[in-house]
Amino acid sequence: MTRELTCIGCPMGCELTVEVENGVAVSVTGNTCKIGETYAKNEISAPVRTVTTTMLSETGIPVPVKTAGQIPKGKIFEVTAAVKAVRAKLPVKMGDVLLADAAGTGVDIIASKSIKK
Amino acid sequence: MKNNYDLVIVGGGPAGMAAAISAKKQGIDDILILERDSELGGILNQCIHNGFGLHTFKEELTGPEYAERYADQVRELGIPFELGTMVLGISPEKEISVISRTRGAAKISAKAVILAMGCRERPRGALGIPGYRPQSVYTAGTAQKLVNCEGVVPGKEVVILGSGDIGLIMARRMTLEGAKVRAVVELMPYSSGLKRNIVQCLDDYGIPLMLSHTVIDIKGKEKLEGVYVAAVDSTNTPIAGTEEYFPCDTLLLSCGLIPENELSRSAGIEISPLTNGPTVDESLETSIEGVFACGNVLHVHDLVDFVSEEALRAGENAAAYIKGKPASPGTPVAVKPGNGVKYTVPSKLYAQSVEGNVHIRFRVTGVFKMASIVVTCNGSEIFRKKGRIFVPSEMQDIIIPAEKLSAVSGDIEVFVEGGAAQ
Repeated sequence: MTRELTCIGCPMGCELTVEVENGVAVSVTGNTCKIGETYAKNEISAPVRTVTTTMLSETGIPVPVKTAGQIPKGKIFEVTAAVKAVRAKLPVKMGDVLLADAAGTGVDIIASKSIKK
Repeated sequence: MKNNYDLVIVGGGPAGMAAAISAKKQGIDDILILERDSELGGILNQCIHNGFGLHTFKEELTGPEYAERYADQVRELGIPFELGTMVLGISPEKEISVISRTRGAAKISAKAVILAMGCRERPRGALGIPGYRPQSVYTAGTAQKLVNCEGVVPGKEVVILGSGDIGLIMARRMTLEGAKVRAVVELMPYSSGLKRNIVQCLDDYGIPLMLSHTVIDIKGKEKLEGVYVAAVDSTNTPIAGTEEYFPCDTLLLSCGLIPENELSRSAGIEISPLTNGPTVDESLETSIEGVFACGNVLHVHDLVDFVSEEALRAGENAAAYIKGKPASPGTPVAVKPGNGVKYTVPSKLYAQSVEGNVHIRFRVTGVFKMASIVVTCNGSEIFRKKGRIFVPSEMQDIIIPAEKLSAVSGDIEVFVEGGAAQ
């Protein structure tokens, strides 16, 4: 079976053609770098995404955050709910872990901006 | 307070910061960045999604992370910047009128100016949508600022008109915040946003993208109640009988960006009707000597990495100007958009005195598959680049080696060959 995908690895958005056998990508063409191949293989067997959202601080200022790595696509809403359930303590520095192991994914939520107060 | 500088940069977003860093590295120390917001970073501060920096930093960053890396460099290099400072006007003599709490109303003079004011969203008033004017019709960027910077989600049931990147990003963002996005409605037969954003912002969440459709009526007198959507024909005219009603409490508009050039106009700088930005030569110098432009104020970019690169060149060229580099000799040749090309930046260049490679940036007018970008001068080809697909949503950046230009004697044309437009 052949599947057509658009790579989301960078804004180039390469059009990928993936040969799939038994639910596994056996060949990827159309990619212009390694990211495309990895994306296609994951997308066929177990799609993953980086999630960005905001975590409210104790003072109500939203702190932009992201998952430190990619999480299973099916876990996105569990992860955003877990972020909503906690409050960030200011100040935060870019890269600080604000929530460890979000929703059992093994991936931390980190601040993507330094905020003093 | 000090009121004269070698270089004043108007705007502390990605373009202004990169231009300042670049000029500083060229040995210009007497710099001032003027920023109206309360922090550096510009629009990046509200763009909390990832996808920034793959070219510049070889890793994928969020907007705030990208901004903070540049802001950190500005601080480390000791480049002065003034926040909460509004520029009200620029004179042709490079005298800048500002207003701020620390300066009051003041004038600042500069040997060189870099325009880095960015762009604005096309508002409802510019779209001509019929219907009442209830609350809860926002530009996508306004909603983005509300959600990401103020922590306020403006609605629960959303329709988005226009499929620009901010609209697509906000479709996902509103969904993650618990809203139901009923549809993204796009007038054109193709999206004006990046393909990756259609995949990861719409497809991932089952949000329909209705191409060749538009909003024909807005219902609700005080508060928005819903919108009527209809299909359009090839002349963008709504087709009778295709109307569909979408109840919603929020309408977001993502219908294009316009370079913000009130200040450029106040200085009498020539503005291109094709880009709505200043006309510039290959050194990014505007029609006024010593005034340079870069980033979204010059032409709307889709990648901040390209903004940073362009701003770096503007900073270098402004530095060279301040150090007394003589004006380019002779008259420039025009760089003209031909078949399939909307505009070119630069729109003119001094072919005889070009140093190094020349970037020509432009957008195509439609979707071209298996086509070539060709650059000619007096009918003879000086550059060709093949591509599998060229789309209007992606700015093209071609680099022409200086030696190809040294022999150029007439106007240069950039056009698309083959790959019929869709």
